[in-house]
Amino acid sequence: MPAAQAIGVRARLTARTFIWLQGLAGLVGFALLLEIVPRIGIVSPDYLPPFSAIMVALFKEMTTAEFWTALSDTLEAWAIGFVISVVAGVTIGIAIGSSHLLRNLTHSTIEFLRPIPSVALIPLAVLLFGSQIQSTLVLVVYASFWPVLIQVLYGVQDVDPVARETARSYGLGTWAQIRYVTWPTTLPYLMTGIRLAAAVALILAITSEVAIDTQGLGKEISDTESGGAVAIMYAYVIVAGIIGVIVNLGARALERRVLAWHPSVRLDAAEAGA
Amino acid sequence: MKNLLPPLPRRIAVALVLPVTLIAAWWITSADSQSFYFPPLQMILQTFGKLWFSPQGLSDVEPSLWRLSVGYVAAAFLGIAIGIPVGASRNLRNVLEPVLEFLRAIPPPVLVPVLILFAGLGNEMKALVILFGCIWPVLLNTVAGVRALDEVLAETVRSYRIGGLARLWHFVLPGASPQIFTGLRQSLSIGIILMVISEMYAARDGIGFVLVQYQRTFAIPEMWSGIIMLGIIGIVLSLIFRAIEAWLLGWYHGLRQSQRAG
Amino acid sequence: MDRAVKPMLEVTGLRKVYEDASRTVEAIRDVSFSVGEGELVCIVGPSGAGKTTLLKCIAGLLAPTAGAVVVEGTPVIGPPPSMAVVFQEYGRSLFPWMSVHDNVALPLKQKKMAAERREELVRNALAAVDLKGVDTAYPWQLSGGMQQRVAIARAVAYEPHVLLMDEPFAAVDAQTRADLEDLIRVLWHQLRVTVLFVTHDIDESVYLGQRVLVMSHAPTVIMEDVIIDLPEERTQLETRSMARFGELRKHIYSQIQLAKQGWRPPSK
Repeated sequence: MPAAQAIGVRARLTARTFIWLQGLAGLVGFALLLEIVPRIGIVSPDYLPPFSAIMVALFKEMTTAEFWTALSDTLEAWAIGFVISVVAGVTIGIAIGSSHLLRNLTHSTIEFLRPIPSVALIPLAVLLFGSQIQSTLVLVVYASFWPVLIQVLYGVQDVDPVARETARSYGLGTWAQIRYVTWPTTLPYLMTGIRLAAAVALILAITSEVAIDTQGLGKEISDTESGGAVAIMYAYVIVAGIIGVIVNLGARALERRVLAWHPSVRLDAAEAGA
Repeated sequence: MKNLLPPLPRRIAVALVLPVTLIAAWWITSADSQSFYFPPLQMILQTFGKLWFSPQGLSDVEPSLWRLSVGYVAAAFLGIAIGIPVGASRNLRNVLEPVLEFLRAIPPPVLVPVLILFAGLGNEMKALVILFGCIWPVLLNTVAGVRALDEVLAETVRSYRIGGLARLWHFVLPGASPQIFTGLRQSLSIGIILMVISEMYAARDGIGFVLVQYQRTFAIPEMWSGIIMLGIIGIVLSLIFRAIEAWLLGWYHGLRQSQRAG
Repeated sequence: MDRAVKPMLEVTGLRKVYEDASRTVEAIRDVSFSVGEGELVCIVGPSGAGKTTLLKCIAGLLAPTAGAVVVEGTPVIGPPPSMAVVFQEYGRSLFPWMSVHDNVALPLKQKKMAAERREELVRNALAAVDLKGVDTAYPWQLSGGMQQRVAIARAVAYEPHVLLMDEPFAAVDAQTRADLEDLIRVLWHQLRVTVLFVTHDIDESVYLGQRVLVMSHAPTVIMEDVIIDLPEERTQLETRSMARFGELRKHIYSQIQLAKQGWRPPSK
């Protein structure tokens, strides 16, 4: 009955639209809150300008070259560091994970180095590179390398030993084994690692800008705070948030597309975190 | 083929081989170091002992850990307390999820300058920064955990008329706890970052402050020893967290193992 | 049998319609029956017959669209305290973070009673389902059949007047199922509890029940209320090879076949 199906599809779309509207209502409500609270004086407008003032400041900033330089500086540091981490994490992860001996030998070292906060490297980075992008890269790579490595190690370990034996008995060389056996199993784990690493990389990029004064959004925020340009500061905070949302959503969308082929890994993805 | 489980001494040896080799290599290559930035490891370790096992040293670490604890525990409580009702109500979730996702996407270090406006430069500011940064992973993971509670178990709970506080304590919290712990783990990393950053940025004590001082005054061996100290704090906190998680989630690990085996 | 004097459970004109954004489904059209005190009644029907929906309405877990469910003279608006339910998915209905003992004891903690009494009930229930030495084990450490026994023990310890069972042995292997069926009959005799047993297994329904209610396909109505006139003492081997067993079975089977073809009793 095509008519009934059509009604069904329309009804489902309406349900989805409703959820979207609810979310939109939440965002609008939040903006309204930000507008009203400083205006009626619960919080001083010197500390928290009304939402409208922040928006005005934001649009004005977006017309300056400085804004776009800062934005691209942050994104550049994030992207370079992120890519380095992923490449390093995948290669080292597959190399270590494929050898029982290497895994045992490196296990303690990895567990030891992993919880060391990357911010511990800040003084060293400053001494060596000052406020240049290399300082940021040190922090970003050190922090986002580990999620990738750990997830790839999980993935390689999850490879079905029977599949591996079969590949070996068919005479598949190391490279072919990696391509046809290890990689498909590892891929969903890698996606989870990428999602985590992307978020961590952004956090550390901006951390470095706030703490070390390297060029970027974080530096703008710290400068505007000490300069008293409060509305502009919040404008940059919102931009940082929006970038973060885009990175998170993008990574999750990518992950979901890959996970669609691997339903069994969904539980492990949930364990890695929302 | 090493099919038998290696005896304990062998396992310890395997675990230690690489770290010991790396440390030895560091020691040896830096022994005659003239480099200003990379002093001999021996000197670093000597400075470490002098610095951190003195009352002065401990008084640098104590305020940091104190701020972290206060901020983290408050974030955990609030995150769980807010996350549970939000997770249980589909409408609340739909309305709040975009706002929460936005707030959690704001890189936490950004909060340091913001909160300086509100709370000045004191301890409250730092604890607040940690609170605001740590609450989101806990909150969002609590929401996810409550949402994913098993329906059959929920109906069982209803059929036996278990409600209110008992339902919360015996069903909702334990059921969501694995996911909540994932959030708590992420929050711990963020909390440490924020603890250090807030102290590097604006403080008069604490390990972050001390570290920046050493770097600015070019007290290099001290700086290195501070880095090592921070690393050790990270490791110890992580171990404590894992121990608590293993204790509270022992049932979960067992359950997952039996599922994987079956 | 003079046990069934006053009805323990009365279902009158039960109707359940599911409505969501896209369509309306009439799961149950009109179901009426009553169960006397201490009876063991089975409900059997093709898949899609709304058996689980029916059980949930009786258990107070689902609100019917029309009609009434009355237990011991009181209408059911939510799960009544005199009822206990055993679900099919035993793995998901036991708390994985509690030991077997705590799983059985938890519903009792809601009923205010002294700790000693509670412990006694737990002990007796576990003994009644033949589970020894697993008090401190976790459910996921046990086999499927043992887990279902824990769920049954939990229901038994609750001291219900009515025991509802929703295809409890569907996910269990045949040998374990036979043991559990006998366990149910033993418990039923010992505790004198009223049992409503939903199953898709015709043999099981004939073996267990004093009556078998045969359900039609959705929108569900009762096709027939079959009296099982087999002897009270039943054993897997003997009872199932009796001629009368075969007749009853065949009769119900043909009713189910009719149900699958969409046949329904007149005026329904």
